[in-house]
Amino acid sequence: MSKVNDVMAWIDERIPLTATWDKHVGKYYAPKNFNFWYYFGSLALLVLVIQIVTGIFLTMNYKPDGELAFKSVEYIMRDVNWGWLIRYMHSTGASMFFVVVYLHMMRGIMYGSYKKPRELLWIFGMLIYLVLMAEAFMGYLLPWGQMSFWGAQVIISLFGAIPWVGDAITLWLRGDYVVADATLNRFFALHVIAMPLVLIGLVFVHIIALHEVGSNNPDGVDIKKNKGADGIPVDGIPFHPYYTVKDLVGVAVFLIVFFAIVFFAPEMGGYFLEHANYVPADPLKTPEHIAPVWYFTPFYAILRAMPDKLFGVIAMFSAIAVLFFLPWIDRGPVRSIRYRSFQYKVILIAFVVAFVVLGYYGMQPVTPAGTWISRLCSLTYFGFFVALFFISKNENTKPVPERVKY
Amino acid sequence: MATDKVAPGGRRDPDGVDKKRRRMLTTGMGVVGAAGAAALAVPLISSMSPSARARAAGAPVEVDISKLAEGQRVIVEWRGKPVWVVKRTQTLLDGLQQVQGELRDVESDDSIQPEYAKNEFRSIKPEILVMVGICTHLGCSPSYRPEVAPADLGDSWKGGFFCPCHGSRFDISGRVYKGVPAPTNLDVPPHYYMSDTRILVGADEGQV
Repeated sequence: MSKVNDVMAWIDERIPLTATWDKHVGKYYAPKNFNFWYYFGSLALLVLVIQIVTGIFLTMNYKPDGELAFKSVEYIMRDVNWGWLIRYMHSTGASMFFVVVYLHMMRGIMYGSYKKPRELLWIFGMLIYLVLMAEAFMGYLLPWGQMSFWGAQVIISLFGAIPWVGDAITLWLRGDYVVADATLNRFFALHVIAMPLVLIGLVFVHIIALHEVGSNNPDGVDIKKNKGADGIPVDGIPFHPYYTVKDLVGVAVFLIVFFAIVFFAPEMGGYFLEHANYVPADPLKTPEHIAPVWYFTPFYAILRAMPDKLFGVIAMFSAIAVLFFLPWIDRGPVRSIRYRSFQYKVILIAFVVAFVVLGYYGMQPVTPAGTWISRLCSLTYFGFFVALFFISKNENTKPVPERVKY
Repeated sequence: MATDKVAPGGRRDPDGVDKKRRRMLTTGMGVVGAAGAAALAVPLISSMSPSARARAAGAPVEVDISKLAEGQRVIVEWRGKPVWVVKRTQTLLDGLQQVQGELRDVESDDSIQPEYAKNEFRSIKPEILVMVGICTHLGCSPSYRPEVAPADLGDSWKGGFFCPCHGSRFDISGRVYKGVPAPTNLDVPPHYYMSDTRILVGADEGQV
């Protein structure tokens, strides 16, 4: 044992290994009342690792070339040893990333985890979400199928709505007059190098910020206010071993679901991998019905609901931008939904329902009824933030307990 | 002795640090560094614009319309974009007058077309339409819907183009309807008749 201690002492004199472990894991005291919703942060980290590892192995056989890309994906699926498994893990991972991130964000909203002093934590999280969307969008172009091509064409054209400089920007983004080989090649570069680097950097900052302010909990009670004689929060338990073990249970259950999808329904009926993407990109023909992958459809529905090009683009980007301001839109001091007013619960439910309905209509072909329902839901979506701003000012909240409950 | 040099604590001292000089040097370094970074950004950003090869690839395309049947459309590729050549029937041409009230840019004032195609038919010869098949909304390629009053497009449909992506509607001259997301009419590319049956897409007469 003393040999091990000697080695640790030798290392600790040169790099703060023990101190770092203690600060972030061994003596990081998290509230003892974490529930189901607290699985998704560590699961997001797990999916990030899955995506990076499978991504590295996919690049070994993928060819970012307009002539070769589609064929190289088929080659991975048919001829590369276990290529199908690696690719399906990567494609399922993309969708599951958004599943866990949306649930993680929902947790943050429900329990007021964005409120003081966690505003920057929330903003770093939103930046991660933004980069993740860019990463997913660029990755979706790489198989060079019909949906890849026309999806990229539509999304890049969004920037054309910017007055005066719009056309120049779209030309610059594409690197050609239409989505072409140049676009594919640069999306590959951004997807495998630039975006992952930014993503990992942001995740690092997100965790550093979390460990500085400490974790929130389902009661929204600040556990640092109530410390024992040893200076440790009385409602806190060390992250390791308590939450490492809890999170491992989450990991096991998640992986069962994850591999059930990978093995039995990798396309998820066209929701994870769209059918039109099994046809090679054809610049002369748009598929009869194009829709982005499910995780973009709520915003896509907002875009389509607007009868004007510029207004539609502004509405779509605003729908994401408004989330950044949530810590200041919500003016009430009470964090957790458990102690907030009836009105708050009503608007939050309306917000979630509107988001899901928008997601559904974003996948459907354009119909007059669908457009009107999308407009109503867009109004509800933005209405949530307006209502929250006013409701939270003088909200009729319940008393928040001194200590956390279970 | 008057001096600009200061010792730790701020007291003037000839053997201290010249803070003015230090600030000047730091600022100078910062400005030069920023200028260098900005200069480096120019080639990096510029490298993402269309390359010389991409710019040169826009050669005109020849289309033979001798075998084009009434109501038929052919698609050719010009600069990577779909270009439609449609031979419109008399029924379709008659519909142009009837939909005028529902259009956003009837005279094509805000739309892109050569001067010789800035008319009701948006073409040189009324029956032959040459058009860039890219929606002015977000770049999908609209479907060709020449049938009159189909179930999904409504009774007032006189034939035209419908974009499946976001529901934009255009008449058979590519003029956009009101109340749809596309802001302007479909583009007409430069083109001319090399003979009665051959069109050159991508150049004006006398240019090539």
